[in-house]
Amino acid sequence: MPRLHWEDFTPGQIAECGSRLITRAEIIAFAAEYDPQPMHLDEAAARANLFGGLIASGWHSCCILMRMLSDDFIGHASFMGAPGVEEVNWLAPIRPGERIKARATVLETRASRSRPDVGFVKFRFELVNATDQPVMTLIVSPMFGRRAPDSARGRGPKAASER
Amino acid sequence: MKFFEDIGVGEISDIGRHTFTAEDIKAFATRFDPQPFHLDEALAARSQFGRLCASGWHTACVWMRLLIDFHRREDEGRRARGEAVAQLGPSPGFRDLKWLKPVYVGDTISYATEVVETRPDWGMISVRNTGVNQHGEPVMSFISSVLVECREPEARRP
Repeated sequence: MPRLHWEDFTPGQIAECGSRLITRAEIIAFAAEYDPQPMHLDEAAARANLFGGLIASGWHSCCILMRMLSDDFIGHASFMGAPGVEEVNWLAPIRPGERIKARATVLETRASRSRPDVGFVKFRFELVNATDQPVMTLIVSPMFGRRAPDSARGRGPKAASER
Repeated sequence: MKFFEDIGVGEISDIGRHTFTAEDIKAFATRFDPQPFHLDEALAARSQFGRLCASGWHTACVWMRLLIDFHRREDEGRRARGEAVAQLGPSPGFRDLKWLKPVYVGDTISYATEVVETRPDWGMISVRNTGVNQHGEPVMSFISSVLVECREPEARRP
């Protein structure tokens, strides 16, 4: 049984969602497959770039965050995916050997207008480095199942007109 | 990559296609997005998606790969013609990413980019990136920004 439902999220909640050491091997493996640019692949070539060394692909950072959130709470929540991502900001590079933490802030919650058993939770997720500097922020509104579907919504002409 | 000065709003590039296999979808999801509907056919059948479908991050990461491959092919052509090649710089991020329809096993997604804004003060361009399936249905759209090398950086200074 999923433990977390839409009702369990409240605007203003802040939670730490795990930490992870980023290795050179995983940065290069991801880049070789999905983002084969020198700054993500090759230490020597990366030294000549703006950042002066190997850095993780920004898309890799998104994927790492997704995995950290899955391990932390999504894996045992009534998670139903997200229709998209409002914004992602790559603020600072992630380098090999860095330990990053994920942090979640609930910005707002709203019930689905079309599905009484579903609600949206808008989050700001941050990846922060060891000095607590944000390296990435991501704003997204995934769907979660509701523990107690709003029965009032299923009745009457107002509910019908909302669909 | 073209130099910043040679890029105009409205330019569209077809960057390539990719067919998503079940193995592909599950391998990506196992590493990065281990939700039941990306990992297991039976569990996906009981989800809101109805069938095994790719992680939205997977759909987006394939865009990134095809874009790099596209620029590489274009740059080879430029070098063969004796033309200079511009460097693609870092990206500050993206916005308005929409996963419009699920990408199911066997779907072939055609990816394109369209230049929507150029910022001479920064040497930055914004592009709308799209993926369309074999039925002509858009499955993904987002707007990203990236720095592009200028042919004459001095000329931009006031």
